[in-house]
Amino acid sequence: MTRVKTKIGRRAFIKNTSLAGGGLVLGFSWLNSCKPQQAESLAVREMPKEWFEINAYLKIGDNGLVTIMSPNPEFGQGVITAMPMIVADELDVAWKDVLVEQANFNAEDYGWQFTGGSQGIRRRWEGLRMAGATAKQMLKQAAANTWQVPVSEITVSEGMLHHSASNRSAGYGKMAAQAATLEVPEEVPLKDPRDFTIIGHSKKSVENQKIITGKPLFGIDYQFDDALVAMVVHPPAFGLQLKSYDDSEARSMPGIVDVVQIKTLNTGQTRGYFDTNAFTDLVAVVGKTTWEVMNAKKQLKAEWEPIADSTFTMDRFGTEMEVEVPSGLESTEMHYAKMNEMVGKSGTTVRKDGTPEAAFRNASKVVEKTYTCPFLAHNCMEPMNFFANVTENEANLAGPLQAPGLTEGTLAARLGMPAEKINIELTRMGGGFGRRAYGHYAIEAALISQKVEKPIKLVYSREDDMTFGIYRPSYQATFRAALDENNQMIAFHVKAGGIPETPLFANRFPAGAVDNYLAEQWEINSNITIGAFRAPRSNFMAGAEQSFMDEVAEAAGKDPIEFRLELLERAKNDPVGGENDYEPDRLAGVLKLVREKSGWGETKPGVHRGVAAYFCHNSYAAHVIDVVMKGENPTVDKVVCAIDCGIVINPEAASNMAEGAAVDGIGNAMYGELTFKDGATEQTNFDRYKIIRHAEAPKSVEVHFVQNEIDPTGLGEPPFPPVFAALANAIYQATGKRHYHQPFMSDRSAPVG
Amino acid sequence: MATFTLNINGKSLTADVDPNTPMLWVLRDHLQLVGTKYGCGIAQCGACTIHLGDNAVRSCQLPVSSVGDQEITTIEGLSENGDHPVQKAWLEVDVPQCGYCQAGQIMSASALLNENPNPTDTEIESAMNGNICRCGTYLRIKKAIKMAAGKGS
Repeated sequence: MTRVKTKIGRRAFIKNTSLAGGGLVLGFSWLNSCKPQQAESLAVREMPKEWFEINAYLKIGDNGLVTIMSPNPEFGQGVITAMPMIVADELDVAWKDVLVEQANFNAEDYGWQFTGGSQGIRRRWEGLRMAGATAKQMLKQAAANTWQVPVSEITVSEGMLHHSASNRSAGYGKMAAQAATLEVPEEVPLKDPRDFTIIGHSKKSVENQKIITGKPLFGIDYQFDDALVAMVVHPPAFGLQLKSYDDSEARSMPGIVDVVQIKTLNTGQTRGYFDTNAFTDLVAVVGKTTWEVMNAKKQLKAEWEPIADSTFTMDRFGTEMEVEVPSGLESTEMHYAKMNEMVGKSGTTVRKDGTPEAAFRNASKVVEKTYTCPFLAHNCMEPMNFFANVTENEANLAGPLQAPGLTEGTLAARLGMPAEKINIELTRMGGGFGRRAYGHYAIEAALISQKVEKPIKLVYSREDDMTFGIYRPSYQATFRAALDENNQMIAFHVKAGGIPETPLFANRFPAGAVDNYLAEQWEINSNITIGAFRAPRSNFMAGAEQSFMDEVAEAAGKDPIEFRLELLERAKNDPVGGENDYEPDRLAGVLKLVREKSGWGETKPGVHRGVAAYFCHNSYAAHVIDVVMKGENPTVDKVVCAIDCGIVINPEAASNMAEGAAVDGIGNAMYGELTFKDGATEQTNFDRYKIIRHAEAPKSVEVHFVQNEIDPTGLGEPPFPPVFAALANAIYQATGKRHYHQPFMSDRSAPVG
Repeated sequence: MATFTLNINGKSLTADVDPNTPMLWVLRDHLQLVGTKYGCGIAQCGACTIHLGDNAVRSCQLPVSSVGDQEITTIEGLSENGDHPVQKAWLEVDVPQCGYCQAGQIMSASALLNENPNPTDTEIESAMNGNICRCGTYLRIKKAIKMAAGKGS
């Protein structure tokens, strides 16, 4: 047990707030979905007559039911179940007595409501435990006061308070009224991880019942009386902007109410890091129904003109920088040609250990390879959308957002309205993958509503979603490794860049494991908007670096796992440099676990294996992939995955996410590609943009977690990046062909001979 | 515009819409049955799958005027209490991640089992290949279908 200072602000402890059964009124109320998530399954259960709000995260009903607020936006990563599990465990309440509600955006009560970077559980861990533990302490104090006994003699179990000396017991519901009036304790004990009864014990998603019965949950399902539907028309290519438009035909189409022009960012306005947006001048078609607006949108006659070279100021969380946006209509061919030129040029040195030049000169073997990947579109299954009802006095918004706190400021600036008058309801997201951290579509919805003076729901078509993207960039990395006559790796050189950002992590493995090390980077500017995509930069670097390591291990005549473990042993015992990002022991740990669980070293006829391991987002993952040939096509039979992300809150849901990461990784490695011609994407829908489907998924995925008591370090992203390399290495074993260029199904020729 | 009387989930519902309007938008915008999802609008992703009679069809490509008096079943009407064997198996296997595609997956799966109560893995993959899951829950979907098949559908 540890004692921690309570850091939850006073504001989060609202005293004795009585709420009628049914809880807070959320926006879906008239569609009968504001009931707490499991209310259907609890239909036979009586709802409390009165709720007592102990703090912003939980309220206790007079009959012992507990409602726990899940603070972070949910996009399928399962925090709406996992976060309340953490609160419930420290509160010591039975999970069957817990109801869950999604909190709306409220930074004062909930702080950093951000879904991304695999940070959710990691950053909430202590606060959520504290919310539960604090409430439990207040309930114990209430019991002690009532029974006139020392609080130290009160014990709890599953929502019951006991005093054994006097043989008295009471449920939480009986003490909640008094507990809600007590002072918040300055210090509370937290459980020893060994005493967890909910954390680490799988619970089904609290929203499953609604999902499988088609209840409104997502932003696109949001309904509001008399709301109109809006769609925006954006330039058909990056490098173009709106010149003029003729809306006479569109306006005459059935159901159309208005056509308005909006500007989502003013020229010269300083932009936040998540204000990424290539198309700030838009025309919005507003009408009664989606189908009518879709049809009218096609009748809008817009003229476009080339953008000029420009710059804008970006405020990257306090650091201002100038960002250049070049003019021109870019193409994938041009991108690869420009990146290819960088193979023979130097980049900017980011890290240098020892004397790599000399080591390469004196090497007995040098391996050099270059890897590339294309742009990718996120393709969340639920296209971008947002509801907005902006009046003179306030703005009420609802929809799918990963980073509401980062969107609010821009909303306030563009609406000319103080932030406290803006309310954002967080809906479940039909996928996110980083895309919904960029909230331009919420700004668009708000500006359209403000202009037409009506509540509207902005909906992107799939084509809008795919062509108005904030994409995973195209990257390239060139690696060189030097081996001495004993096949020891004596030097390592990575040079990585991209359009328009570098993917380099200079302080990750094998940095620290080799005496002579050089890391360089470069960037080529572009007017195509890019941003976070599940495991940003790692999603390329892991595949490239771990494919390269496989080739170096082969050149050294070593088993690929042994080769990595030798290097990690060196990094652990005698690290080179003091800034290495990763813990060699934990990276070695997942390799050892995947070796054991996959039966590495055993051979099966017709089965070809590849391995990879990577550290990112504070966690460690390793994969062994089994490929079998079907005719001339390599197919994935089995994936074995080992993960060290510290304590796992909800193991079954965590496995589900890692299984999905394996499928996602295989899909993007094999098929994922967004190409450009004349500034426009050549794929606009799922007919040409290939997403992995049922028949291409692996036949099985096994997920194993390293068992430890390390505080949770993040899971959404780490099991994704190594998949690319484990697959490439397995395909090499099957076909003798190494893949240097994603997607593997249409591998481009090597940029250098 | 024309008035259509439709047989949806065992009820007679009317919508006053353009005859070309796809059933997807009739359901979502006019009848407030939003369980059927928009994903691509070109019958490539399966998120909008409903039953027309016993067949799984993509409602984004089904004009309201072509439906006539055929029975339509949406996810909201698959079972009265969310207890169709496929729905129960989905809960048991804890299939969903983001959940957006799952109504379409369930409608495709239930149509498959109706026609073929004991499908092989290959038959499942083939019948479900039109339904994209961007989160990659395909293995759990397959497991749930086999579980539902075992219990009869």
